[in-house]
Amino acid sequence: MTDNILFDLRSISKRFVKGKELITVFDQLDMSIKEGDFVAIMGPSGSGKTTLLNMLGGVDQPTDGEVWFDDSRIDKLSESQLAKWRANNIGFIFQFYNLMPMLNAARNVELPLLLTNLSKKQRKQSVATALELVGLSDRANHMTSEMSGGQQQRVAIARAIVSDPKLLLCDEPTGDLDRTSADEILDMLQLLNRKFGKTIIMVTHDPAAAKFAKRTLHLDKGEFIEKELAA
Amino acid sequence: MTIFFKWLRIICKYLFLIATAPIWVPFWAVWWLLGKIGFVQFATDWAMGNGFYLVYKNLTRRPLRFFLTLFAIFVAFLIYGALTAFDVAFNAGVELAADDRLITVNKINFTQPLPISYVRKVEAVDGIAGVVHMNWFGGYYQDPKTQIQTFAVDQTKLLDVYGDDIILDPVQNTAWQQNKQGLVAGRAVAAAHGWKVGDRIPLNSNIFSQKDGSTSWDFDIVGIYTGSSAQIDTNGIYIRYDYFNETNSFGGDYIGWMGIRTKSPSLNEQVIKDIDDMFVNSPFETETVPEKAFTKGFLAQLGNISLMITSVVFAAFFIILVVVGFSMVLAVKERTSEIGVMKTLGFRSGRLFRMILGESFMLVFAGGTLGLWAATAFLGFLNNVPQFPVPDIILTPTIIMQSVGIMALLALITGIIPATYALRLNIITALSRR
Repeated sequence: MTDNILFDLRSISKRFVKGKELITVFDQLDMSIKEGDFVAIMGPSGSGKTTLLNMLGGVDQPTDGEVWFDDSRIDKLSESQLAKWRANNIGFIFQFYNLMPMLNAARNVELPLLLTNLSKKQRKQSVATALELVGLSDRANHMTSEMSGGQQQRVAIARAIVSDPKLLLCDEPTGDLDRTSADEILDMLQLLNRKFGKTIIMVTHDPAAAKFAKRTLHLDKGEFIEKELAA
Repeated sequence: MTIFFKWLRIICKYLFLIATAPIWVPFWAVWWLLGKIGFVQFATDWAMGNGFYLVYKNLTRRPLRFFLTLFAIFVAFLIYGALTAFDVAFNAGVELAADDRLITVNKINFTQPLPISYVRKVEAVDGIAGVVHMNWFGGYYQDPKTQIQTFAVDQTKLLDVYGDDIILDPVQNTAWQQNKQGLVAGRAVAAAHGWKVGDRIPLNSNIFSQKDGSTSWDFDIVGIYTGSSAQIDTNGIYIRYDYFNETNSFGGDYIGWMGIRTKSPSLNEQVIKDIDDMFVNSPFETETVPEKAFTKGFLAQLGNISLMITSVVFAAFFIILVVVGFSMVLAVKERTSEIGVMKTLGFRSGRLFRMILGESFMLVFAGGTLGLWAATAFLGFLNNVPQFPVPDIILTPTIIMQSVGIMALLALITGIIPATYALRLNIITALSRR
């Protein structure tokens, strides 16, 4: 982990109206994440974990405050600029994998590369490398429906890292997996963090999963109530 | 057994490819050529980025729905192509009718005869370049069901009036002038029966009989005429009036109608007046009309074919619009969360909009093009049916251009709603729909 701050959330607030009620998810929340960090965000349902992750990923905007990424402010970017920013900087890993069912593993992994100017040959090479990294080289041409949950999540990880983003955002990446598969996935994330220097922010309910992170942030009612270093 | 079925499937696949080669090879060739000059890359990149494969996979992800929708579009364009071509061919007579040609018939109706003496009188009218008289022979070949449009004409004048439409070799024309029993047959009817110059054939009439009571006449085929354009009907036969008149047991020295060529279309009005005034109050009053009006009136007696065709085509397209529209909306709605994922990964809304519109275009153009090919094949078959009553029915360039326009419109209308849905879809909303 370096001292370079990758993400800096400055006094962000998030409010929305539901019916006649004004709901405040965050109020004046501050948060910094350094490059190379592996942060687990835990908290009960409704604590704002996913909303926070959405803001970090540029798919949701704060009502107030500023979101800075690598010395650039992103909360004022247009939808189109945010799309480009996400494609260049973020890898997403979802709880339910969110793979395209009509594509095989390799084609799923290739998706983010379709947003680049890489040639077909270069894309193929990158896909092969990513699949090798997650140990699925031999399943490249398999449809995702033919794979187990753990394997599908590995494909999703390969998709997240194929364009070499700085940051991986993981929303309950092991929430749909058995313990063994979950540990494999977490090992892989840890490897990506330690060996390849990827900054990882992971939302999870699972304390065992949080132990794989370098630190854990507990979020409750829109506030961080405790910060601790992982063992 | 598994290996057997595997090989069977492969063999069937290749047999299918070979059987359908006439359909897909031209498309493939055009696609290949466009690819060679970089157009395909440019067009697909513009429309869908390098996600052409993604568009194709999305379109075919539910094969049954894809094929049923494709089939519906295929049928619609088959109907459109075939019926519109039929309509064009059916009305070609009106379009092809020369402006400087008139038809003179008995005023009672055109089935009533006129005395042959009228011909010489009409020829003397100012402004007339040529007159040919004709009789309907009511011919059939071998079987009464095999009707053949046979006209007994003044062979010396036929080309003076209809020489712009009928192309007859001068040598064959000379032979016809020299042989009273000679006939000239149209290319289509000759091909249908395998006739060639030099053949001697019997022709029967279901109206007239010879003086010996026979309804059969023998003729020598001395010429085969072609049309100056594909729309000219070549299903007809011309026999000589003098032979017909000599051998016919009744109705001698009467003609059916006269075809007239004027020196200029501007003289038509005066010539019409002069002819009809000449025979007013006679036992055989005449009615002279421009050929266009005559053909139009004749067709109108058969009913408003164009309106019927338009109604059928409109109904077919309306149904297709609904079917394809619903299919596209359904196809996009059910992958809402996938669209959300793609947006999350960095796909811009505009690109997703174009990709979904691309699906719609790909679907409609695939089905539509196959439909037009099938229409071409069907019309080719019809054109080879002996004595089919309408001359060469073809998909004219105008029909093809219209079809392409309709395809584009159909694709746009059916694709715009789901594409807009994807364009406006909020990522968080989309991802929450699993």
